[in-house]
Amino acid sequence: MDLQIALLLAQDGITNGAIYALLALALVLVFAVTRVIFIPQGEFVAFGALTLASLQVGKTPGTLWLLLGAGAAVALVDLLLVVKRGSYRSIPRIIGWNLVYPALAAAAVYLLKPAEMAMPLQIILTLALVVPLGPMVYRLAFQPLAEAPVLVLLIVSVAVHLALVGLGLLFFGAEGSRTPAFSEASLRLGDIAINGQTLWVVGASIALIVVLYVFFERSFYGKALRATAMNRTGARLMGISTVMAGKLSFLLAALIGVLSGILIAPITTIYYDTGFLVGLKGFVGAIVGGLASYPVAAAGAVLVGLLESYSSFWASAFKEVIVFTLIIPVLVWRSLTTHHVEEDE
Amino acid sequence: MDNEGKPILEVSSLCVSYGKVEALHQASLTVGAGQIVTVIGPNGAGKTTLLNAIMGLLPKTRGDIRFLGEPQPEIEVERMVAGGMSLVPESRALFGGMSVADNLQLGAFMRHRRGHRDHPETMEQVFNIFPRLRERREQEAGTLSGGERQMLAVGRALMAKPRLLLLDEPSLGLAPLIVKEIFRVIADLRQTGVAILLVEQNARAALQVADYGYVLELGEIALEGAAPELADDPKVIESYLGLGGAAQAASSRSKPAAS
Repeated sequence: MDLQIALLLAQDGITNGAIYALLALALVLVFAVTRVIFIPQGEFVAFGALTLASLQVGKTPGTLWLLLGAGAAVALVDLLLVVKRGSYRSIPRIIGWNLVYPALAAAAVYLLKPAEMAMPLQIILTLALVVPLGPMVYRLAFQPLAEAPVLVLLIVSVAVHLALVGLGLLFFGAEGSRTPAFSEASLRLGDIAINGQTLWVVGASIALIVVLYVFFERSFYGKALRATAMNRTGARLMGISTVMAGKLSFLLAALIGVLSGILIAPITTIYYDTGFLVGLKGFVGAIVGGLASYPVAAAGAVLVGLLESYSSFWASAFKEVIVFTLIIPVLVWRSLTTHHVEEDE
Repeated sequence: MDNEGKPILEVSSLCVSYGKVEALHQASLTVGAGQIVTVIGPNGAGKTTLLNAIMGLLPKTRGDIRFLGEPQPEIEVERMVAGGMSLVPESRALFGGMSVADNLQLGAFMRHRRGHRDHPETMEQVFNIFPRLRERREQEAGTLSGGERQMLAVGRALMAKPRLLLLDEPSLGLAPLIVKEIFRVIADLRQTGVAILLVEQNARAALQVADYGYVLELGEIALEGAAPELADDPKVIESYLGLGGAAQAASSRSKPAAS
């Protein structure tokens, strides 16, 4: 391998690593706040990429039906609860978010001719269609189990993942899609041509990480999420409801997932089930950070990206094996260095 | 004493069970506006259960709770916080990895959510009550000493500008000097108009600051009365005021016999 190839592989690894880092951050966030290991994270990546691709070729993305269906289901569950409790003040909010909003999204898809829109608008429409599925999934699958042990939440998480992969096949078919690059520009650094999309991915990832950092460090709601992760009872006593924190963390995770999907769609062909593998690599990064430390998780994810890219050069058949084997030394090291903490709930 | 108007909190015949075990049986108590009311009793009597049930952390089996004159059929923590109730739990439940200032700020989360953006002023007031917290404002809560943690827990609860403050064993595990300071602050809080329901094993200190007291034994209210009267009650002296009180108890028992 000469230097040029090494640098090209590094570029590739960092691009993928940036995406894995975003996903790792989302996984750490969701786990810290809700104790859910968010396996369906990858489906949001795939749904984001495939929804954008569908919109661009003028097809109605299947995620629209999912949004309408999930919205109706959430509305039904919440309205039944309202009737049971007899407190009717929240009815307009329930109907607004779960029935009116999806209907507006459907109207936008049918009336605005997304195929002719500028790409930024298509991206915004994709976000508007897929991101709300995050809190809806939380409401339907995880909110009723808020007090359940981690293992039960994990099993439900796997179930949600399988259901969403199945729906992905139904919505988008077995063929993969690719979207055009955000820009055709490329940068030459000495002998190395840096791909424009690489710059987009790395730049957008860094920007998103900075925004998340500011959100968690400075804003009231960001601090509330961190507080919930640190001490659930304490947070409830401040009036930070577990449900609100759960929905907010799922919203952020879905947002990160969909953005990641949109960012990598021009680089790799995305199939309905591609998300799972991408999500798992983010998970390896998150494990390096012990599902607790954001910076270590992000660094671990970049390491995963680099490892993947170099192993695809030297031993491409064993690429995935090498990446996922990374988990074993990390787990051994962690179990030797950290003392076991009993779960407090 | 400021006893006019409706009571802040009325609890009647409250029962709470853990599975089949009843931890609280038919407990009734009242906290008047601006009053400090204490519930004393031994370990395991159900004191924490009582507070947690009032706050909504635990579901009640039976009984009624009226807060600010309004019945509360379904008690939810968030609703109670929004209504002006703050609980300082026995565990303090601080956000250990966050700074003192962030902990305090989150105390005002519900007010912020409801559109009251006055947490910087409230934080100044809390710093005036606990000057030590001002010095430590950038320090992580997890690195504070026991006394400072308790001050932060109380300060954080005050950030919500509560009408009723529930304190669960504020003296637990603290050095005597710090206990004294905490109780001085509790007594001073009377001036701010907040009503306080204080649960304590340290009966002597609690009865000194309180207006009214209840004795909780095996999940039931065994005794109640104005705090000074309870402090003189031979049963209370014998069971709760400890060794120092035993001599006094003996003398106070012998007095009526002699007369």
